[in-house]
Amino acid sequence: MWRYAIPVAIFAVLFGFLFVGLNRDPSYVPSPLIGKHAPAFSLTTVEDPNKQVSPEDFHGKPFVLNVWGTWCAECRREHETLLEISRQGLAPIVGLNWKDERESAEQWLRQLGDPYAATAFDPEGRAGIDWGVYGAPETFLIDANGVIVYKHIAPLTMEVWNREFVPRIRAGGGRS
Amino acid sequence: MRAYVAIMAAIMLLAQTVWAIDAAPAFSDPQLQARYEKLTHQLRCLVCQNETIADSNATLAADLRKQLREMIAAGKSDQDILNYMTDRYGDFVLYKPPFEARTVLLWSAPVLLVLAGVIAAFNVIMRRARLPMEESNDAMSDDELDESRRRTV
Repeated sequence: MWRYAIPVAIFAVLFGFLFVGLNRDPSYVPSPLIGKHAPAFSLTTVEDPNKQVSPEDFHGKPFVLNVWGTWCAECRREHETLLEISRQGLAPIVGLNWKDERESAEQWLRQLGDPYAATAFDPEGRAGIDWGVYGAPETFLIDANGVIVYKHIAPLTMEVWNREFVPRIRAGGGRS
Repeated sequence: MRAYVAIMAAIMLLAQTVWAIDAAPAFSDPQLQARYEKLTHQLRCLVCQNETIADSNATLAADLRKQLREMIAAGKSDQDILNYMTDRYGDFVLYKPPFEARTVLLWSAPVLLVLAGVIAAFNVIMRRARLPMEESNDAMSDDELDESRRRTV
């Protein structure tokens, strides 16, 4: 009798693995930075090559770090959402302009509107590597202690914002 | 035949140089170059996922190769470099995942599957070894055997 159970059991195990695999996004790479202190950088801003910006500037209350580039079509799609989030004013958004050209980035912000409290210019992608960025857009949430609490890969939507970011910002000791 | 093998080997050697991504070797010191190549083949390009950073044209892979070159030039050890990468990108960046509680099933699966196959094969062979006499008896009675022999004669 149990001879017949073996193929059935093998089938069930395979089915289980494959079924779980079906619903997983293979391009999603979990970040080891969750729960770690936000990596430091000191970069110039997109608007002003003489002005420095660093994540440290925003410590003390939760902030969002959004990685983008003008070469990234999904970022354009996401931009409207970022503008709406910045209008909400729940937490400042820091832009990380990743592997881009200053002129194009400036033009993008002028034309589409600027949702960022500041935008760091990272043409060589160094800060990107430190933050474990492997594509744009990626959006991090950093709590009041400067610890990364959440990372969203792919364009941000209001649905994701309301579901994943807002409760964490409210819980993160934010004064906003 | 020997000539054919030699030609194929030559083509493969050539192909390797053709496919090298960066035009010039990264280091003039062959020892450092060997380390560099070994490491680029151990690290995954996260954009393309099924390519190592040695094989990938993605700009992120180029950045990581650059980072790698600088770290080697700065005298960092292989372990330092791999730690640097996993600190930022997680174990996924390694082509060879580390052996730990989470990956026990992954690493032991080949051995377990071979074992299961050996056990299954052993069972089948043992059963077969016991069968022949009984089976011929079961399949045909002596009368039937006689009859079939007579028909063939």
